[in-house]
Amino acid sequence: MTATAAARPSAAAAHLRIEAVVKRFAPDAAAAVDGVSLDIAPGEFFALLGPSGCGKTTLLRLLAGFETPDEGRILIAGADMAGVPPYRRPVNMMFQSYALFPHLTVAQNVGFGLKQDRLPKREREARVAAMLDLVKLGRLAQRKPHQLSGGERQRVALARALAQEPKLVLLDEPLAALDRKLREETRFELVRIQHRVGITFLMVTHDQEEAMSMASRIAVMSQGRIVQLGTPQEIYETPANRFVADFIGGVNLLEGRVLRAHDGLIEIDSAEAGAILVVEHPVLAAGSTVAIAVRPEKIVFAPPAAAANRLEARVRGLAYRGEASTYEVELASGKLLRVTQVNAVRQAPAYAAGDSISLGFAPGAAVVLAP
Amino acid sequence: MSAAMRRRAVLALPYAWLTLFFLVPFMIVLKISLAESVIGIPPYTALLATDGWQLHVSGESYRRLASDDLYALAYLNAIKFAGVSTVFCLLLGYPLAYGIVRAPRRWRSLLLLLVILPFWTSFLIRVYAWIGLLSGNGVINNTLLALGLVHQPLTLLNNAFAIYVGIVYSYLPFMVLPLYAQLEKLDPALLEAAADLGCRPWRAFCRVTLPLSLPGIAAGALLVFIPAVGEFVIPDLLGGPNTLMIGKVLWDEFFANHDWPMAASVAVAMLAVLILPMGFIRRLLQGETA
Ligand SMILES: Nc1ncnc2c1ncn2[C@@H]1O[C@H](COP(=O)(O)OP(=O)(O)OP(=O)(O)O)[C@@H](O)[C@H]1O
Ligand SMILES: [Mg+2]
Repeated sequence: MTATAAARPSAAAAHLRIEAVVKRFAPDAAAAVDGVSLDIAPGEFFALLGPSGCGKTTLLRLLAGFETPDEGRILIAGADMAGVPPYRRPVNMMFQSYALFPHLTVAQNVGFGLKQDRLPKREREARVAAMLDLVKLGRLAQRKPHQLSGGERQRVALARALAQEPKLVLLDEPLAALDRKLREETRFELVRIQHRVGITFLMVTHDQEEAMSMASRIAVMSQGRIVQLGTPQEIYETPANRFVADFIGGVNLLEGRVLRAHDGLIEIDSAEAGAILVVEHPVLAAGSTVAIAVRPEKIVFAPPAAAANRLEARVRGLAYRGEASTYEVELASGKLLRVTQVNAVRQAPAYAAGDSISLGFAPGAAVVLAP
Repeated sequence: MSAAMRRRAVLALPYAWLTLFFLVPFMIVLKISLAESVIGIPPYTALLATDGWQLHVSGESYRRLASDDLYALAYLNAIKFAGVSTVFCLLLGYPLAYGIVRAPRRWRSLLLLLVILPFWTSFLIRVYAWIGLLSGNGVINNTLLALGLVHQPLTLLNNAFAIYVGIVYSYLPFMVLPLYAQLEKLDPALLEAAADLGCRPWRAFCRVTLPLSLPGIAAGALLVFIPAVGEFVIPDLLGGPNTLMIGKVLWDEFFANHDWPMAASVAVAMLAVLILPMGFIRRLLQGETA
């Protein structure tokens, strides 16, 4: 991770500051962006993650100046953006659809903003060449957008957004139009480019894997609000609530009633699990109902007999995914769990549908979710 | 049937149509233009004499076409009228088409309908209506006199001004429709991208909207220019007896002088004159989109 990843921006250093921004498309409609506040530090690679329709694009459009907020303030490098039109904002956007100019060549597309800035021709050509080098498109400089593949177009759009050396680049689902393999390759490339140019990136995505592998910090959005803000690890390992736990990766939820708390552990009587579960957690009032979340890869098969959280189950089905297999197992209560096992050896899976097995998880592997 | 054959079969239909209704009539006109004028039915000599198998080709009408300045002048005049009218149609039609594209979605079809509404009335009647508007005691002059803005009726009819008004009015929809179709296709995200890269709205228009609407401009310009060059009704009704336009000359050769070969050669020459700007615009467009 980058050096800025760990550092939380202080208010003074914040590069982009969003203060309680609200946007409604119709007076009586639900807010598309509902009181979002964010501070993003210079040089950060920040991701906005959320399901379709949660207001990610709307938030970016507010930052770029294509929409005006109904409430709240947006500050970029300390300057209030209220009333500043898009053509005067120090941000560039990489559009979800790329929005490349079809009548211009790749080089002209990349140089579009530089020409607008009246950069001398020499300098402009040098900068365009440098940008095309950066995205490895030098040999396609004279092509028109319709003569490019999807991945090449995506890189032209990125080069165009970076060419004017903006303070902040907004990327709206930059990899959505690419196939899986290209997407995975491009992730690393984007991060590398961001390191090289040192510009603040704010990326929008609905792909949690993408957000986690690229960003230094992530804000998870739902229905126009930010529901959790943190590093990828924080968001994955300690989701704040059910929505985040469910949205980020697979998760097993088990409900129960707190029996007692001792030594940083709580005991939960779970009818669903058919056992007393022990989970690491600071004190929680006995008698309250809680849900715990366990990631599929944190459940092990055939734990030692004395281990905590040992459950009996039957294998219902199994999905072979190459590097790992995902089992669907059924507890005595009828509750279904997902368990992921890494395929470390080249052999047929150890268990088949119908097998009776025991499984378990460490007290530290589960998190207690806020109700 | 193979795919290639099927493609050829599909293409054969428009080619057959063009051959039947354009090429064959044109060959007949070409044939008449190479004959000599006589009194009789038909009023021209046969190209193939029935006695021997001898070809009687006469270049007489083309010789007259080249030697009499009247024809060249009429061509140039027609091109001037059509050209200036095309420019005015563009200047009026572009904002109109742009406005319709930018109007709220539910208004658009109504506005488009209004553009083509005049077609529901006969062309001839609409041109006559302009006489009522432009004449010495027409609506416009009467209004101006009543308001005391002028003390003598303005000469609005039977001059070049009236011809321009007539052509621009009549052909404006042919400019608006292709422009509308072109501008409608324009992705609004492109204008946002231009603004994002630092373009004020006017610059974004010049650098994005205008170049991307060139095919629509070309289509509209051709749809206005080509029929306007051969226009006969408008100069005849609004331009007065002294107007020199090639469409009117052709009409006179045919109906007044009954000189079919001469009229036919005027028509053939007109086609040759029109092919030039068409080829030019095609080249221009190919350069733009390639
Ligand atoms: N121009 C608009 N007019 C009215 N409602 C809109 C407009 N743009 C977006 N919305 C609404 O605002 C909400 C948020 O939309 P937004 O485009 O920001 O979602 P998103 O998070 O980017 O989703 P996706 O991942 O599908 O791109 C949606 O409910 C959408 O219907
Ligand atoms: Mg979106």
